[in-house]
Amino acid sequence: MNVPIRVLVAKPGLDGHDRGAKIIARALRDAGMEVIYTGLRQTPEMIVNAALQEDVQVIGLSILSGAHNAIVPRVLELLREKEMAGVKVIVGGIIPDEDARELERQGVAAVFQPGASLETIVSVVRQAAKDANAPAVK
Amino acid sequence: MAPPRATGVNQAFFGPEDLPDFAIAPPGEFPYTRGIHETMYRGRLWTMRQFSGFSTPEETNLRYRYLLAQGQTGLSVAFDLPTLMGYDADQPQARGEVGRCGAPVSSLADMETLFEGIPLDTVSVSMTINSPAAVIWAMYLAVAEKQGADIAQVSGTLQNDILKEYIAQKEYIFPPEPSMRLAVDVIEFATKRIPRFNPVSISGYHIREAGSTALQELAFTLRDGIEYVDRAIARGLAVDDFAPRLSFFFNAHNDFFEEIAKYRAARKLWASLMRDRYGARDERSLKLRFHAQTAGCTLTWQQPWNNVVRTSMQAMAAVLGGAQSLHTNSLDEAWALPSEHAATVALRTQQVIAYETGVTEAPDPFGGSYYLERLTLDLESGARDYIRRIDEMGGMVAAIQRGFPQGEISRASYEYQQSVERGEAVVVGVNRYQTREQEPVATLRIDQAAEARQIDKLRALRKTRDNEDVEHRLDQLRRAASSATREGGPNLMPPLLDAVRAYATLGEICDALREVFGTYEERPTI
Repeated sequence: MNVPIRVLVAKPGLDGHDRGAKIIARALRDAGMEVIYTGLRQTPEMIVNAALQEDVQVIGLSILSGAHNAIVPRVLELLREKEMAGVKVIVGGIIPDEDARELERQGVAAVFQPGASLETIVSVVRQAAKDANAPAVK
Repeated sequence: MAPPRATGVNQAFFGPEDLPDFAIAPPGEFPYTRGIHETMYRGRLWTMRQFSGFSTPEETNLRYRYLLAQGQTGLSVAFDLPTLMGYDADQPQARGEVGRCGAPVSSLADMETLFEGIPLDTVSVSMTINSPAAVIWAMYLAVAEKQGADIAQVSGTLQNDILKEYIAQKEYIFPPEPSMRLAVDVIEFATKRIPRFNPVSISGYHIREAGSTALQELAFTLRDGIEYVDRAIARGLAVDDFAPRLSFFFNAHNDFFEEIAKYRAARKLWASLMRDRYGARDERSLKLRFHAQTAGCTLTWQQPWNNVVRTSMQAMAAVLGGAQSLHTNSLDEAWALPSEHAATVALRTQQVIAYETGVTEAPDPFGGSYYLERLTLDLESGARDYIRRIDEMGGMVAAIQRGFPQGEISRASYEYQQSVERGEAVVVGVNRYQTREQEPVATLRIDQAAEARQIDKLRALRKTRDNEDVEHRLDQLRRAASSATREGGPNLMPPLLDAVRAYATLGEICDALREVFGTYEERPTI
């Protein structure tokens, strides 16, 4: 039997523009994944804790505020600290090209900039989940 | 192919049979469908007011002076996210966000810097601030006082629209009831003391940006307006004392005729609501005045120069719809905050419309068009339906608490995105007419050191101000806020003014209010 992919969609930082995060969450759910949406204003600590508790393979971060360089590296660092480096991180939002390359260099699986199609995002999340370590058995 | 719209007009063409018993009053006459003035722009152009703020108060001040020198006729302040959420630049929640999406203002000292050399008795300023609106307004009034202005004469606009924060923009701090209390404190204080200020800008802009249809934008915004009027009347204000200063803020989106119809329907509806529901008699209470901003969410990251074209058409719809004030977005805004060059092109777009196209010559030039009038009537009746449903739920605060407007918007937003995905809604350069090569634009980069500079300034301020006085003022504020949670409690503007004059910071003041009011979190739903 196919085990559904589990994804955490999170909105870190102070920004409240959740249109994109909610659309992605719905699209992933419609594609058959189990989606946990954290809601707004999540700290990196809250996000990584939620990812641990929910046993997800993929974390999607939606950031439109320009705060990605402060937030994303901290999420990656916490994942390493908690030995969850197998969990794949995907970032979407207003991310300049040079920052996107740098985030990918630091270990982000993919960065989606404005205009990315839902179809592409769904297939990249699927691939990322395949690449992720199998979730620990509880 | 036209984008999907909420009003059900779908026929080959429109004629007299679409407008049975049609009659319409001239511009400047009730219900003002055709505009609030008889002569409209022949008498006075709209205010060109570009929303702007970034990095530090110093850099933002320079941008303001530049824009005024380029012929802009009013200012509009964008605050950064920590300020919008009531945090100081040095609070942990602000890390990485200071100056990124607007200007940071943590204290009266920052506000003084923001308006240095800009006379607040002559330049009108609009401020996009909501949860901490009362605090930021107190700082603004204190700066005007320090500049020697008579604050009773100061004019401008405070957004102060907390309802659309719960509905769409989501920058809320306190629960709805104390938030509404603060919003009405501002309306009451303005009515009694600062009569030329617009104490609230009832905003559909953010509702639309969150993905609503034009109809939902219209309906939810007007229903928010009703909620503020109800609360102000419950406070003991007479409708004709405050209603003339209520102002509105709408989106200017892509669907050209639907947008024009939306503004016309808004004026017509508001005039009849104010007259029939509240018995307003002052003509100024009936006239819906609005600011418009072109739709940020329509700007594309791909082929950014196309955004100039989108913005000019959207701005044209706002002008043909009779806006009193307008912001045009910059071509680079899907990338970053606007560069000086991009902001200049955006302002020039308005100037071209105002001075070269001739559309300012006749008020409501499309009035009488079978198509436009049908759209206007359909939007009006659709909005009346929504308003009735929200009335039946017990009002907008009750509707928000059950997630009604939020759910309507997220459904519309997802449906639109799926139609883009299927290629039914065309986005030029994104899902059709794509190019492989991306044309580069030079974007504004926010200096990473700006945050550290703001923190240094704030620490220095805390060393030099009279901290005993600050503590005393904060205590007084806490006491006033505690009794303000009961009916008939004091207006919080006087203790807020005392606190900001003593250089209590935004974060200290909002923390004091958080202690008393508590905070709000919405239940995450998708």
